[in-house]
Amino acid sequence: MPSKPDTLDRFSLPDAAGHFGGYGGVFVPETLMTALSELAAAYEVARKDPKFQAELRHYLKEFAGRPTELYFAEGLTKHAGGAKIYLKREDLLHTGAHKINNALAQALLAKRMGKKRIIAETGAGQHGVATAAACAKFGLECVVYMGAHDMARQALNVFRMRLMGAEVRGVEAGQKTLKEAINEAMRDWVTNVRTTHYILGTAYGSHPYPMMVRDFHRVIGQEAKEQILAREGRLPDELIACVGGGSNAIGLFFEFLEEPNVRMIGVEAGGRGITQGAHAARFAGGRLGVLQGCKTFLLQNADGQIELTHSVSAGLDYAAVGPEHAFYRERGRIEFAYATDDEVLEVFQLCSRLEGIIPALESTHALVEGLKRAKQLGKDKVIIVNLSGRGDKDVEQVAKILAAKS
Amino acid sequence: MSRLASAFARAKAQNRAAFIGYICAGDPDFDTSLAVGRTLLNAGVDILELGVPFSDPLADGLTNQLAAQRALESGMNAAKVFELVRRLRAEFPAAPIVFYTYYNLVFANGVDAYIRAAHEAGVNGMLTLDLPPEESGEVQAAAKKHGLDTVFIVAPTTPDARIATIAAATTGFIYYVSREGVTGVRADSAANIPSAVARIRARTQLPVAVGFGISTRAQVAQVAADADGVVVGSALVNCIRENLGAPATMIARLATVAADLVAGTRR
Ligand SMILES: Cc1ncc(COP(=O)(O)O)c(C=O)c1O
Repeated sequence: MPSKPDTLDRFSLPDAAGHFGGYGGVFVPETLMTALSELAAAYEVARKDPKFQAELRHYLKEFAGRPTELYFAEGLTKHAGGAKIYLKREDLLHTGAHKINNALAQALLAKRMGKKRIIAETGAGQHGVATAAACAKFGLECVVYMGAHDMARQALNVFRMRLMGAEVRGVEAGQKTLKEAINEAMRDWVTNVRTTHYILGTAYGSHPYPMMVRDFHRVIGQEAKEQILAREGRLPDELIACVGGGSNAIGLFFEFLEEPNVRMIGVEAGGRGITQGAHAARFAGGRLGVLQGCKTFLLQNADGQIELTHSVSAGLDYAAVGPEHAFYRERGRIEFAYATDDEVLEVFQLCSRLEGIIPALESTHALVEGLKRAKQLGKDKVIIVNLSGRGDKDVEQVAKILAAKS
Repeated sequence: MSRLASAFARAKAQNRAAFIGYICAGDPDFDTSLAVGRTLLNAGVDILELGVPFSDPLADGLTNQLAAQRALESGMNAAKVFELVRRLRAEFPAAPIVFYTYYNLVFANGVDAYIRAAHEAGVNGMLTLDLPPEESGEVQAAAKKHGLDTVFIVAPTTPDARIATIAAATTGFIYYVSREGVTGVRADSAANIPSAVARIRARTQLPVAVGFGISTRAQVAQVAADADGVVVGSALVNCIRENLGAPATMIARLATVAADLVAGTRR
């Protein structure tokens, strides 16, 4: 059957060099080029190897707790008074967020590649905790880089990582958040590339990472599709997910990209509002650039220096966004919105009260947008919000913020 | 012959390696940096490698990270970096000046416009640390158009087959990073430099400079025996960092250190 020239084929991306249209690619120091192509080759073999896939499925089920529920959020639905809101319960996974899907898969891949030392970056600490758990499970050495500011605001996760045997190295450079942690992880990788695998925690960086991390999270959307068809007998009208680098969002969206009647909305961190240095909404205040391995939308100044960012949630507090999201935004396939710190703090409490579920601050960004949209949609409509993680790690921080406000 | 080619040819004729000295443009501020550049060129540095300060220098060790931070905090921006080059160019009409930079600074406002501006300011070559040859088509085209040389890196992890790809994108010189890692001073010298240089020479006629972790005259002499050029960065940047409150001492110290290192290039 002849296809329309503009037909979307989600499997055609990225190309062999990691491009999603004009985004993505490979932008790293020469020392890493060979490691990246070896990784791409190893992944290419693994993804087609039924043994690898079976092993991964086994650990996702028995260690991580998949599948996760698609839960009808009655309280939030009633509160909004419009569309039905379903929550994809990635918060119920072992270690508390979707991050374990990717961490387990990459740890298995590292084992296949004979790399015994693992490094990772982490913002909120969820990817660090997931990686620490996977490394403990498989007996791999684990070093996690984390901005000193994030270590303070996500102290619980620092302790969890250390309990599981990971070494957490604080990063004091710049604004001491996720971006600086990635710089430091890249420096470690450049130095120890022969023995070390870098488990990057989001759908970002140089090829094959954006593709590989996406693939490892596709299970979210695959389950959600089956579950909503079973529950509602039809596809959802809208999918909503928060976007840091973009892994939980692309994981949920990917299975639906070719379903024309399903709208998809990624939610960025609006922080204190869209003024320079006060947010991390790359699509609201950024432009095309190259950072930490790929071409994408960045928050940068006129010269191309990377701008400061701010968000109440460490996991979304990052100046760049995954290249696949930039591509689908350009195509008009994925839309983007942002939620501010204040909106997030309010809905963090609301969700806890109405549902008995404490959401991660990151995921709460998606909830803010979900509630807004549910209000505008009729009761016959269906929304799925990706509840990417649980909020235990944020409780102490929110208590401090609320106390300071009152 | 380009300024870079002449510098290598001149050094070769004098039976020594070319000395490539690295500093970060604007470290610790514009005026001091101008004096530092002047001092290095007067001390016999053949090629001045100017780091363009970037907010996220992920290929650099702490010494160069802090240098970039000092420069940015003092108010360096793209316009001032070009101005610094213009001032040095006015004083040293023949000295080759090479940018050592990160791709976003080149890309942000258009590659062609940036390279034209760099050329007009007096820049002769450009090494973009996070730009592999595979993604460098636009840079190569603009560099050719405006008469700027390209510099690309070969690493210990680079397989032989890639060296040809890298050489094909390069017009200035090949920069061999002598070990896996970021920039910075190291006590020991990397092994296997002679065989690495030979491995590159077998695949290109381009000059081969060696850098990363070279900081003493003895290390310079060791590398100069095989390579066409020796790059020293952090050892010079440390002279700046150690004398931040005392610019006169800083300049005197740099003059001594640079002259000593340069002397190491004689074969
Ligand atoms: C619970 C949770 N959700 C979302 C994110 C953001 O990452 P991504 O956009 O890759 O899903 C994080 C990152 O730390 C997180 O911990």
